[in-house]
Formats: sequence, C-alpha cells, structure tokens
Amino acid sequence: MAEIIKHGAIHADDWEVLRLAEDDEAGKVEVAHGRWIVPLAVWQAQRDKLAARAEAGVLGVWLAGGDDPAQLADDLVRLQLIAVDFPKFADGRGYSIATLLRARLGYGGELRAIGNVLRDQFFFYIRCGFDVIQPQPGKYSAEQLQSALASLKDFSEPYQGAVDRAEPLFRRVSREVRA
Amino acid sequence: MYQYDEYDQRLVDERVAQFRDQTRRYLAGELGEDEFRPLRLQNGVYIQRHAPMLRIAIPYGNLRAAQLRKLAHIARTYDRGYAHFTTRQNVQFNWPALEDVPEILAELATVQMHAIQTSGNCIRNVTSDPFAGVAGDEHTDPRPWAELVRQWSTFHPEFAFLPRKFKIAVNGATEDRAVIQVHDIGLDLKRDEAGNIGFRVLVGGGLGRTPIIGDEIAAFVPWQHVLSYCEAILRVYNLHGRRDNLYKARIKILVKALGIEEFRRQVDAEFAHLKDGPATLTEAEVARVAQHFVDPEYAALPATDAGYEAKKAENKPFAAWAKRNVRAHKRPGYASVVLSLKPTGVAPGDITAEQLDRVAELSERYSFGEVRVTHEQNLVLADVRQSELFELWQQVRDARLSTPNIGLLTDIIACPGGDFCNLANAKSIPIANAIQARFDNLDYLHDIGEIELNISGCMNACGHHHVGHIGVLGVDKNGEEWYQVTIGGDQGNHTALGKVIGPSFAAHEMPDVVESLIGVYLELRHADERFIDTVRRVGAEPFKTRVYADRAARLEDERKVVNG
Repeated sequence: MAEIIKHGAIHADDWEVLRLAEDDEAGKVEVAHGRWIVPLAVWQAQRDKLAARAEAGVLGVWLAGGDDPAQLADDLVRLQLIAVDFPKFADGRGYSIATLLRARLGYGGELRAIGNVLRDQFFFYIRCGFDVIQPQPGKYSAEQLQSALASLKDFSEPYQGAVDRAEPLFRRVSREVRA
Repeated sequence: MYQYDEYDQRLVDERVAQFRDQTRRYLAGELGEDEFRPLRLQNGVYIQRHAPMLRIAIPYGNLRAAQLRKLAHIARTYDRGYAHFTTRQNVQFNWPALEDVPEILAELATVQMHAIQTSGNCIRNVTSDPFAGVAGDEHTDPRPWAELVRQWSTFHPEFAFLPRKFKIAVNGATEDRAVIQVHDIGLDLKRDEAGNIGFRVLVGGGLGRTPIIGDEIAAFVPWQHVLSYCEAILRVYNLHGRRDNLYKARIKILVKALGIEEFRRQVDAEFAHLKDGPATLTEAEVARVAQHFVDPEYAALPATDAGYEAKKAENKPFAAWAKRNVRAHKRPGYASVVLSLKPTGVAPGDITAEQLDRVAELSERYSFGEVRVTHEQNLVLADVRQSELFELWQQVRDARLSTPNIGLLTDIIACPGGDFCNLANAKSIPIANAIQARFDNLDYLHDIGEIELNISGCMNACGHHHVGHIGVLGVDKNGEEWYQVTIGGDQGNHTALGKVIGPSFAAHEMPDVVESLIGVYLELRHADERFIDTVRRVGAEPFKTRVYADRAARLEDERKVVNG
C-alpha cells in the first residue's frame, strides 16, 4: 500500500496507477477490479464501460503533460479523482494543468500529483490546487515522508495569487510603507 | 529605493531556511545530484570550475550602501576578496564553498538581498534602466513596475519549472536602456492619448544560440492588467514550449514556430479568462510600491555649476572623465556618474572588497547612499551635485574606478568565460584585457569615439556579443579556442544582431583584428559618425576585406621570420 499526503497528513492509499505499455491499445486494455487511475486515452476509449466505476468513486483519470485538461470538461461532474503526471520533476506542465482544472474548469474533486514528485515541490503543488501528493513508491522512507510534511509550509505569505489563495498578497493584507 | 516590509523579509528568511535544509539533505545524500541541481540553480548556485558560483540578484540594478558593504564582507569572508557584476544586473562570487552558501544567503537576507531565481528554468531577476528616476528622457519611472513584476514572479508556483529560463525587462524612457528587444518579455511603458499608463509588450526576443529580436504582441496593455497579461504569456509557454530539446526550449522558438499572430491569438484567449481577475493591479498597490521610488530630497541648484565648468576647463584628465563618465540629470545642478569597472588588466565587471566598501562610502557622501548596476557591468552614482563632481572624481581616481572610458572601446562587456565558467568554450577575460592593452592610449580611444565591444565565451551569449557593435564569440574547434567576430550589432532603440565577418581567429590575433576594424572605420567615417553608423552606411564588406587582408599579411610576415 502506498503512502500519500492528503490535506497535509500522511495516509495509506490503495489506488493504483495504470500506465500503458508501448503496445497496449487504450481501447482494448482491461481495467482490473480495484481502484484504478487510468490514462486519459483509456478513459476516452472506454468511457461507456468505465463511467459507472468513476461515478462510484473507484476509478480516476490521469493526465499527461501534453494532455489538454479541457478534454475532461464534460466528465468533471462524474470524476472524483483526477491525477496529473509529472514524468520528470522538472517538467512543469502539470502545474498549469492543475491550475486550469481548478480555476478554469471548476473541478472540485480530488486532484493528485503523481509520477516523479519531489518534496521540494510540495509547496508549489498545493498552491496550484493539488490536494493529494503521491510520491513514487519507495521514494521516501516513512521518516523522510514525515519530515517532508514541513515542505508543505515552506512559505507563509506568498506574493501572487494561485489556486489555493486566489487573491494576491496586496488584496489579502494591507501593507504599509515604512519611511 | 524599495525597502522590505515584514512580508518581503519573511519570504527571504523562509527561503534561507528552505535552502539550508536542501543543502543539508544534499550533503547527507538524501537529495540526489539531479534533484538538487534545479533547486540550487533557483538559488543562484552553479557548480563551477573552481567552486560553486553564487549569483545574487540585484533587482533592476538598485543597491544601497549597506548592501555593498555586505557584498564586500562576503567577498572577504567566503571568497577571494572580489565580486563580479554581470550583464543582467546580478553579482557573482566565484569561489564560495557549497557548505557556506546557506550562511551567505542568511547574511544577504539581513540587508534585504537574496539569490532567488537568478538561474534555473524560471522567471529570472527582472532588469531595467540603470538611470531610472534620473534620466531626462524618462516619461514613466519603470522601477515600481519592475518591483511589482519581481513580487509577482517570486516563487510563482505555476512557473517555477518552465521549459527554459525566462527574462523580463522593463523600460520607461524614450531611449531603451534595458535592452527590452532581446528579452523573453520586454515591457515598454507607454501612455495612451488620455495619458493612462500601459505597456507595449514584446515577446520572444533573446540572444544565445538562436538570437532573435522580440515581436510586438500587444501595442498597449493597460497597467491594471500587466501581470495577468504576463501570466497568459507564461501559461501558453509553459504548456506548449518545447521540452524535448534544450536548445529549442526558449519562448522565442515557440513564438517563431507558431508565428506571432497565432501566438497572440492563444495568449489573448488565455488572457480573456484572466482579465479583471484577482491579479488585476489596484491603484492602491501601485501607489504603495511607487512610494518607495519618490525622488530624494534634491537641493534647488542652478542648472550648471560654475565651479564644475571651471575645473573642467583647467584640468584635462577631469574633463576627459566628465565627458565620458558623467551623464546629464533631470534635475538642475545634478549629474549621474558612471564608475568604470573596466580599467585595463581587470576582468570587466570585477570589483574588490575594498572598492565595494569605498563605493558604499562615496554613495553615502555624494549620492543619497544608493548605487545602480548597469548591464554594461559598471556602477552608477545617480544623484551627484555638479559642484561635488571634482571632489568625487579625486576619490574615485584613488579607488581606481575613474577610467574615463564609458561607452568607448575599452569599456568591454565580457562574461567570465573559460577562466571561471563550465559552459564556456573559450576565454573572455584575457581577450578583453589584450584588446584593452592595445588601445590603452586615451587620446586615441576618445578619437575612436563611441563603440561597444562585447565578448562571450560561448553560445549562451552572457557577454551579449550579438548586440555589440563588434561582437566576439569564443568557439571550440577540435579542442582549441577560436574567436568568431561579428559587426553591426546594436542595443537600445535600434537593436540589431551583428553579422559574422568570416572565419574565426586565434586568441593572439584578436587585438590585430580589432585594430583592422577600427582602421577601416577611421578611414571611412564621416565627421561625428560612430563606428556602428559607418558600418550601417558602408556595409560589412570593406571591414571584412581589410581584416582578412591584414591577417594574410601578418601570416606572410610570420612565415618570413620563421624561414629567416
């Protein structure tokens, strides 16, 4: 069972991420029983078959860096879990995708950062609207993950607005000029 | 100058704590080399030839005396007694130990300084006109806007891992002194017919491997929307910029690939959602930030100071310095002074700890305790009384900061090059020094007049060679260092990219090559015509022809000597 960070605390988690092998076809791959986060292509090819599982809250969809989140616009009401994959921790497309899902498309379900996620980026994930962070299995020991929680609060009052706090600092507080 | 409040200070302090822990985890082996790399870069830490190189931000080039003293202290305590000012309004230390960097950052934080986003694939330190607030041709002070951009871009969670680095520059004068045409975003302050402030926005400019002059994406973005508009540009870039090829990842490549019309369409579509959103600037916020940049308490003075004029008439070296290193000021009786960091034999932009302390003291005595950093790698005392110029000159002369060469051939822009930088293919400093040595005669230098010579040690173009009237680029040929020469580049309102004149040269040839170029210019120039204007008028051909003819003659002479 994987460990995830959800709403600022560590939780055990039994969701599994389905990743297609090179010769897998999105329309043909079988999604086994259990809780699966499937690639957008699988969702799109098998929507009719998978919709009930999504609505029951046991199936989620993950987006790759090149996927347009608007493609899920019509599905957001029935999806309770969307994940965004970070193929490399330095590939920052996922931050914009998360921002669009939350701020533009109004997605209110669970938004999970998966793939190559680093504790040093936790603060940014949260700011862009992720509420769950799932490091790669084995990436952090239990102790390391515990200490990594501190990274969620690296900065207390950021300047600019983002998903977690839409109002920039200048709208949140009154700042005075000191002589 | 901008003064931190508790919010600014807390962010910088929290950054120090964050990086201290990251460095600790890296040294303990918990954080891998590849993982630490982007983190340290976003803190200005490179792993270099000799030690880590630490690049510290000087937002839009503004410094206070206390900050200069802190830099001097760091140079003495953690480095080898000097610092290096770069072409992007940053300052670098070449020899700190990685273990010391968290402590250096903590020291910097005590004087409201940091190394945030001075490197890495994020929005870099914002740059502007070093003569902001004092230039006669300024219509709108760019500093508050640069500060607003600085705050917005600092730790922006969506744009911390872009495809590539991202540079924003702001200009508010008739003459562009912020080189906005070769930035990822160039913000040019404008006023509409009703007098409202806004920005002409350029996008997709940049130097490096593929030099491109930016395109206009918006003729006028009202000030309220400038941050949202930048956000729209950044989001399109973050989502669609190339990540498969490091050399094609800058926004300029995306803009060229899509075409400016299609890129603009995408940005406008994004902006439509952001316009009037929470990022919209308020009058109160702009006014708050602008309050930091009100004029100092200038004295009421006559337009020209009789004593200053008299000293110029009787003292030739002072007159030469006044001519080159003193600039007109918007206020009567005041002047701006450029301190040259380009004496012959010193790496362009280098300054010793003693000189840093000295400049701090002089700034307090003569210029309200403030100093500016130029992208030409010099320092500026922006607000000096004309009546005190002679006294100031005597002091800067003692500090070896009075070389009267601003804007002249020996005021060379150069990156640190192969002596310090891991990326470099060739050396820059010895080339700069050899050219300075060849043109050491001040009368000759002044006769040649205004000319910009820029040297980069590699394609990354930190020395901005593409926009030098004469540009020199170090290249590697089979493990040997060679130098490619361009002419016709320019910065400012007439920004142009130089053209390569032909096959590259060996290091020892470079002073001769420059001499040949200057020789052609002196023969062909019209009265009062600058080098760049002559190149524009007659084209590159006469220059090429002479340079390679002179080179052939030299090689022939060498052969004769060898063959006895």
